Amino acid sequence: MQIRPIVSALWHHKGGTVLIVLQIALTLAIVCNALFIIHARVNRLSRPSGVEEASVLVIQNQWLGERTPTQLQALMASDLDTLRQVPGVVDAYASNAYPLGDSGWSKGVRYSVDQRSPASSTAIYFADEHTLATLGLKLVAGRNFHADEIGDMGARDSLLPRVIIITRALADRLFPKDDAVGKRICVGVAPPSTIIGVVERMQTWIGSYSNAWMEQSTLVPFHLLSGGMIYVVRTQPGMTERIASTGPQALLAANPLRVIGQGDVKTYTQIRAIAYRKDRGMAILMGVICAVLLATTAAGIVGLTSFWVGQRRRQIGVRRALGATQADILGYFCTENLLISVGGVLLGTVLALLLNALLVDRFEMQRLSLDYVIAGVVALVLLGQSAVLVPAWRASRLSPVEATRVM
Amino acid sequence: MFIYYLQLALHSLKRSPALTALMIIIMAIGVAASMTTYAVFRAVSGDPLPDKSAQLFVPQIDNAGPQNNAARNHLPDALTYIDAMALMRAKAAAHQTAIYPVVGNVIPNAGLQQRAFAVNGYATSADFFSMFEVPFQYGHGWDGAGDEQRANDIAISRRLNQRLFAGANSIGRTLNLDGHGYRIVGVVDDWNLQPRFFDVNNGFSFGEAPDYYLPFTRAIDLHIASNGNNNCSASAKPVAPGWDGWLQSECVWVSLWVQLPDAVSIQRYQRFLSDYAAEQQRSGRFQWASNVRLFDLNAWLDHEGVVPPETRVSLLVAAGFLLVCLVNTVGLLLAKIMRRAGDIGVRRALGASRRHVYGQFLAEAAAIGVAGGLLGLLLTAIGMHGTTLLFEPGVAKLARLTAGLVGLTVLLAVLATVLAGLYPAWRAARVQPSWQLKSQ
Repeated sequence: MQIRPIVSALWHHKGGTVLIVLQIALTLAIVCNALFIIHARVNRLSRPSGVEEASVLVIQNQWLGERTPTQLQALMASDLDTLRQVPGVVDAYASNAYPLGDSGWSKGVRYSVDQRSPASSTAIYFADEHTLATLGLKLVAGRNFHADEIGDMGARDSLLPRVIIITRALADRLFPKDDAVGKRICVGVAPPSTIIGVVERMQTWIGSYSNAWMEQSTLVPFHLLSGGMIYVVRTQPGMTERIASTGPQALLAANPLRVIGQGDVKTYTQIRAIAYRKDRGMAILMGVICAVLLATTAAGIVGLTSFWVGQRRRQIGVRRALGATQADILGYFCTENLLISVGGVLLGTVLALLLNALLVDRFEMQRLSLDYVIAGVVALVLLGQSAVLVPAWRASRLSPVEATRVM
Repeated sequence: MFIYYLQLALHSLKRSPALTALMIIIMAIGVAASMTTYAVFRAVSGDPLPDKSAQLFVPQIDNAGPQNNAARNHLPDALTYIDAMALMRAKAAAHQTAIYPVVGNVIPNAGLQQRAFAVNGYATSADFFSMFEVPFQYGHGWDGAGDEQRANDIAISRRLNQRLFAGANSIGRTLNLDGHGYRIVGVVDDWNLQPRFFDVNNGFSFGEAPDYYLPFTRAIDLHIASNGNNNCSASAKPVAPGWDGWLQSECVWVSLWVQLPDAVSIQRYQRFLSDYAAEQQRSGRFQWASNVRLFDLNAWLDHEGVVPPETRVSLLVAAGFLLVCLVNTVGLLLAKIMRRAGDIGVRRALGASRRHVYGQFLAEAAAIGVAGGLLGLLLTAIGMHGTTLLFEPGVAKLARLTAGLVGLTVLLAVLATVLAGLYPAWRAARVQPSWQLKSQ
C-alpha cells in the first residue's frame, strides 16, 4: 500500500480532512477526561463504609419540649428497649451521627495535651457496648466497650472519654509502626484517653470537609443526652424495609411526645444513595456524554467518507479497471482513515492534557493518568476503522464498468 | 428571495432525509446538553440580591491564631458569641444583624388534630428584614426595641401560616414552638433567596424557604442551640460546661452581616474591625496581631465555594460537546453540499450569483438549526427532569425552563448551525460552473 497517493488525495480534500481530524481530537480530549472523572467517582462511591448496610437503618428522633438530662437518659433507655423488642430487630443503640450521614462531630487528635496543632482529624461517634454488633463493625485488635464503661454526657458538656475505640485508618495514621491498643491519645482538648480497640473500618460522615480523613473515626463510650437523637437499628436479613415502618410506630406508641418526620427514617440503601447522589449523577452524565460523543464522531466519519467515496467513483473505477483488487480499494480507504485518525489522536492527546490541566487547576481534580489517553486513542482508532468499513466496502464493490460510465 | 432559499433548502433536505435527520439530532443533543447544564449553572451562580449585594458585608475575625488556620489564611467562617455581640453593640455599621439557624417543633392547637412537626428558621435581629428586603404578607418584623427587650415575637412564613391558620391574617395569635408560646408579629410573603447567602457557611445554600424568624436575644434566653456548624477548634482548653460556658467559649457559630452603603463607611468599618481585634490582643485574649477580613456578598459566596464544582465541570464538558457537534455538522453539511456540486454548477450557469448560492446554503443551515433548536428544546425540557440525578434536590429544583431560556436554546441552535454552514456555503459558492457542467 502506497501512502503518497493517499496523502495527496487528502491534501486535495483539506477542508474535510481537517474537520475530521479536529473532531477526533476534540472527542479524544473529552472522552479521556470524562472516563477519568467516571473512574474517580465510581471509586468514591464504591468505598465500603464498614457498616453491614443491608440490615441497618437509622431513626432520627426529636423529643418535644425541654427535658432534664435525667429524663432524657430514662427516655433513651426505654426507647432502646422498645426498639429491641420489635420483631425482626437484632440490636440498637443511640448516637449523634452515623457513617455516610450528612452531619456529625469532629475533633483534632493530639499525642499529648500540650501539642500545639493536632496530629490528625477524626469523626466522633457516640457509642455503647451494642455499637459494634449493631453496625457490624469488625474488631481487629483489642476489645469492645464494657457496659460499665458507658457514661452519660450532656449536650453542652465537654467530651472527656477515658477509653476509646478507633478505626484502623486512624490507628495507622497515628501509630504507623506500633500496635495502637493500649496507647493514649488526646481527643480534642481532653486529657489522654486509652485506645482499647481497633475496628477494621468505619467511614466518617460525608462532606467536603471530612474528605481528607474519610476513614478516621473514633468511638466514644457515652450516651449523648440531647433532645435530638439518632437510633441506629440492626435488623434480621431482609427486614429493614418492614422495620422502617414498624420501628417508628412502636416508638410513637410508647411515647407520642416526639417528632419523627418523613425524612427521619432511612435505610442504608437510602443513606448511600443520598450520600453519593452527585457522584453517581456525574458518572452517569459523563458516561452518556461519552457514548453520544463517540456515536456522533462515528456518524461524522461515515458521512464524510461516504461523500468521498461518491466523489471518487470514477477514480475507483479507473483503478479497478487497471487491475486493483477489491481488497486494494478497501485498504485504500482504511489506510486513509488511519492516517486521519493518527493525526486526530496526536492533536487530541495534546488537547486532553490541556483540558486536564484546566480541570486540575480550577476544580482540584487529579492528573490524568496516561492509561486513559491510551485507552481513548485505541478506542478512537478502532471507532474510525469500523466507521469507515461500510463506505469503504461499498466502494470496493463498485464494478469498474459502472463506475467509469458517465452518470 | 429568502422564501425561495427556504424552499430550495427544504427541497434539498428532503432529498437526503437520513443525513438531515442525523444533523438535526446531533445539533439538538449538543444544544440540549449545553442549555440544561447552563440553566443549573445560572441558577446556582446568580446574585441573590442584585440591587443590594454591594452594600452587604460579612466581617471575619481570627480568634484561632495563625497555627490553627495556616492553610491559605482561612479565617473561621463564623463568629464567637462574644465577638458577634460586641459588634452588634458597637453599631459601627448603618445596619447589622446576627444570625444563626435553628430548628423547632410546632405543636399545633389541640383543635387541629395534627401531630407536631419540625420547622426550620433563623434566630436573628430586627435589621434582618430591612437589610435583606424581606417582603411581608401581613404585619412586619419586630423592631430594635424587640431585640433589646428580648421580645417573645416571631415572624412566620406564608407556607407555615397556610398550614396552621389556613392563610388567614394571624398577627397577634400565638405559635407554640417546643412548648413556648410566641406572639406572631408578621407573616413573610414568599421569600427564598438562592443561594441563601446568609447561611452558606452552614451548608444551607439551596433549599426550601425558612419557616420562621425569632429574635436572636430571645433564642439565646431560651437556650435554643444552633442547627448549623459549631466549631470549637480555636479553644485551647475544654469548653466550660453548660449553656453559659458555651456562650463565653471560643466556639464559632454566629453569622454576622452588616450594611455599609458607601466607600467611606466600608473603610470606617474595616478600621473599626481591625481596632476591635487589636483590642482583643491588648486585653490578652488573642496572642496574635489583629487579623480581620470584610467580604461583600458576592465575594463571600465565592469564598465559601457555593457553586458546586459539578455544575462548572458539567458546563465545561457540555460546551466541549457542543463544539464537537458543531465540527461534525460542518463536516456533514460539507459532504451534503459538495455532493450536489452538479446542481450548483447548473444554477450558476443559469445566472445565480455566488451570493445567491451562498444565501441558499446558509438558509439550508438555518433550517436545520431551527429544527435542531426545537428538538433541542424538547430534549432540554427532558434534561431538566434529569438534573435531579446529578444535583441535590434543592439545586435541581432551581433549573427551570424559562421563556428566556427557550429563546436562548433556539437562538443558540440556529447561530451554531449557521456558523457551521459558513464554510460549506463558501465552498459551494466557489464551485466552477464550467468544470461541473463538463464533468456531467
